[in-house]
Amino acid sequence: MSARVLVGVKRVIDYAVKIRVKPDRTGVVTDGVKHSMNPFCEIAVEEAVKLKEKKLVKEVVAVSCGPQQVQETIRTALAMGADRGIHVEVSGKDYETLGPLQVSKILAALAKKEQADLIILGKQAIDDDCNQTGQMTAALLDWPQGTFASEVNIEADKLKVVREIDGGLETIKINLPAVVTADLRLNTPRYATLPNIMKAKKKKIANVKPADLGVDVSSRLEVLKVDEPPQRQAGVKVETVHDLVGKLKEAGRI
Amino acid sequence: MILFRQALRFTSRLPFICGRCRTYSAQVGSVERVISAFRSVSGDEGVSVGSAVREQHGRDESVHICRPPDVVVFPRSVEEVSALAKICHHHQLPMIPFGTGTGLEGGVGALKGGVCFSLRKMEQVLDLHQEDFDVTVEPGVTRKGLNSYLRDTGLWFPVDPGADASLCGMAATSASGTNAVRYGTMRENVLNLEVVLADGTVLHTAGKGRRPRKTSAGYNLTNLFVGSEGTLGIITKATLRLYGIPESMVSAVCSFPSVQSAVDSTVQILQAGVSIARIEFLDDVMINACNRFNNLSYAVTPTLFLEFHGSSKSMQEQVSITEEITRDNGGSDFAWAEDEETRGRLWKARHDAWYAALALRPGCKAYSTDVCVPISRLPQIIVETKEDLIRNNITGPIAGHVGDGNFHCLIVLDPNDPDEVQRVHSFTERLARRALAMDGTCTGEHGIGLGKRALLREEVGPSAIEVMLEHRRR
Repeated sequence: MSARVLVGVKRVIDYAVKIRVKPDRTGVVTDGVKHSMNPFCEIAVEEAVKLKEKKLVKEVVAVSCGPQQVQETIRTALAMGADRGIHVEVSGKDYETLGPLQVSKILAALAKKEQADLIILGKQAIDDDCNQTGQMTAALLDWPQGTFASEVNIEADKLKVVREIDGGLETIKINLPAVVTADLRLNTPRYATLPNIMKAKKKKIANVKPADLGVDVSSRLEVLKVDEPPQRQAGVKVETVHDLVGKLKEAGRI
Repeated sequence: MILFRQALRFTSRLPFICGRCRTYSAQVGSVERVISAFRSVSGDEGVSVGSAVREQHGRDESVHICRPPDVVVFPRSVEEVSALAKICHHHQLPMIPFGTGTGLEGGVGALKGGVCFSLRKMEQVLDLHQEDFDVTVEPGVTRKGLNSYLRDTGLWFPVDPGADASLCGMAATSASGTNAVRYGTMRENVLNLEVVLADGTVLHTAGKGRRPRKTSAGYNLTNLFVGSEGTLGIITKATLRLYGIPESMVSAVCSFPSVQSAVDSTVQILQAGVSIARIEFLDDVMINACNRFNNLSYAVTPTLFLEFHGSSKSMQEQVSITEEITRDNGGSDFAWAEDEETRGRLWKARHDAWYAALALRPGCKAYSTDVCVPISRLPQIIVETKEDLIRNNITGPIAGHVGDGNFHCLIVLDPNDPDEVQRVHSFTERLARRALAMDGTCTGEHGIGLGKRALLREEVGPSAIEVMLEHRRR
């Protein structure tokens, strides 16, 4: 099979970090905070590499959009087994307002340019929780989509995808080329080993600008403010059931 | 010494029910006086006298009853720890450090009341030096938390006791794990510690910020504190040795007709220089329990679970050398796997051993013994121990880190049956003494804690105990 897989990877604040809102309430603190690859993107990379190990695809290309630092994220994907990377340079204000619509336009343009047969993305990013990029990319390319995938199999020239849905599991068969978004149970991503990290340093990362792909990254959304969730108030102890009922009535709960 | 006699109190209480909440003792007139001093250091949220919080900090995952402290403090920095320690020192209050409460020997029990220092708010990973393979962590960082933090670097910290324990706590108990045979225990992997002593002095055991891979400068204070179980100071930072994640991991399972043949294979595998990382032994009772718990069908005989770490090219050769060794010793049903999922399935039996043992007798509790002997004596001690178990009608499947000569009897007992509790207690004493008689130790990994203090005296001898007590007195 001569298939080429495009995997999108996003650099986000590490899941273990305690998020703090900036004092000016325009966003969250990112300076000096640990960043890593979005966990669902890790699962996407792992799936692509597994497909390559099963010899069902020939090449895995990792893509990330952002400033210089996203190269670290691409290197992690290379250390996990991707063959080469593409860094789409977006920085400054453009990067702060970069969202699913612009990214999906970029991915669609890259898919055509690289003649990709399959795009695998994480189902959503843990910073914005949008869950839109995969679906938008498929729509722009007019490709079928298998989202929330917990199992992916290539059968002949079709893709069998088991999707996690509210009611349970749904199995669909879609034509290639297609877009798949990875859900939590699709696989367990491998840790990048030190020897593989060393090897990854030699793999190529190409630099591309959105303008080269004919994509306008200006945003139609404006973030007005960012607030922390309200502080949890301490509870109140009451002495009797009578008092409890009284307090509940006061609060309008009963 | 009073403390040593208390070690034998295990029998008379129902060990699993938390004792009635300790009311303040005579000492604690002084605790009430100091609480406002504590609050001025750590703030109102940093000091708790609530009974639920105190009970939570008076027990760990052992069978020892809950012994809550009089007050729990939550310092946020080493400066706060030092200030609080000074207050405790001034008022002669016992101090008990608390990491994750996952110990197995009752180490956090406040026998004489006092102040529990819960260190969970100090949870930073500091100073990672990738090229030097070292990292410094605070007590709130657990081993899984650290490895998750390191996942993009290709490095890991391989010491893996069963629980997701605090790394500083692991240093305090000199913990070990399943891959000690290749990577060592905490004793080999702690480069430096920051410790707050009883009077509030902040000590850097190898010098502040120092992290050479080796040193011959002065007394080895770092390793004095490793394994001191909170009796010499409160560990507030640990500098740890990291390793590269191996390129390839291969797991294998093999059944044997006898304990002797399994151990003989282990010795020969170690001698062959195979890049073995884990060798785990499960006896027939344990395999039976695992089969029933996980719906597996391993042959019900002594079994070895092995794991190799190395480069992908060398794995094939390592596996075939090992297979040959096991076959020469009468081993059979050798199965191996490289991919993560099949490996997971192969090892599931070993990972779930604790729960499989518990499932043998629903409603009962489990207690793990922890002796360690030179490898050559392992077959004899396991055979004698199994005879002892059968003679005394005790349910005790055996799982062991046979590459280190360390094994655990996962004893499943009914805590409400005083006769059984007594039988188990006598059995564990006999087992520890059997290990001591074979040049071994009464605790390979879990520590002395509350239950083994008399045994420590037998193990190291009265002169060594005197030296240890001298250190503690100062």
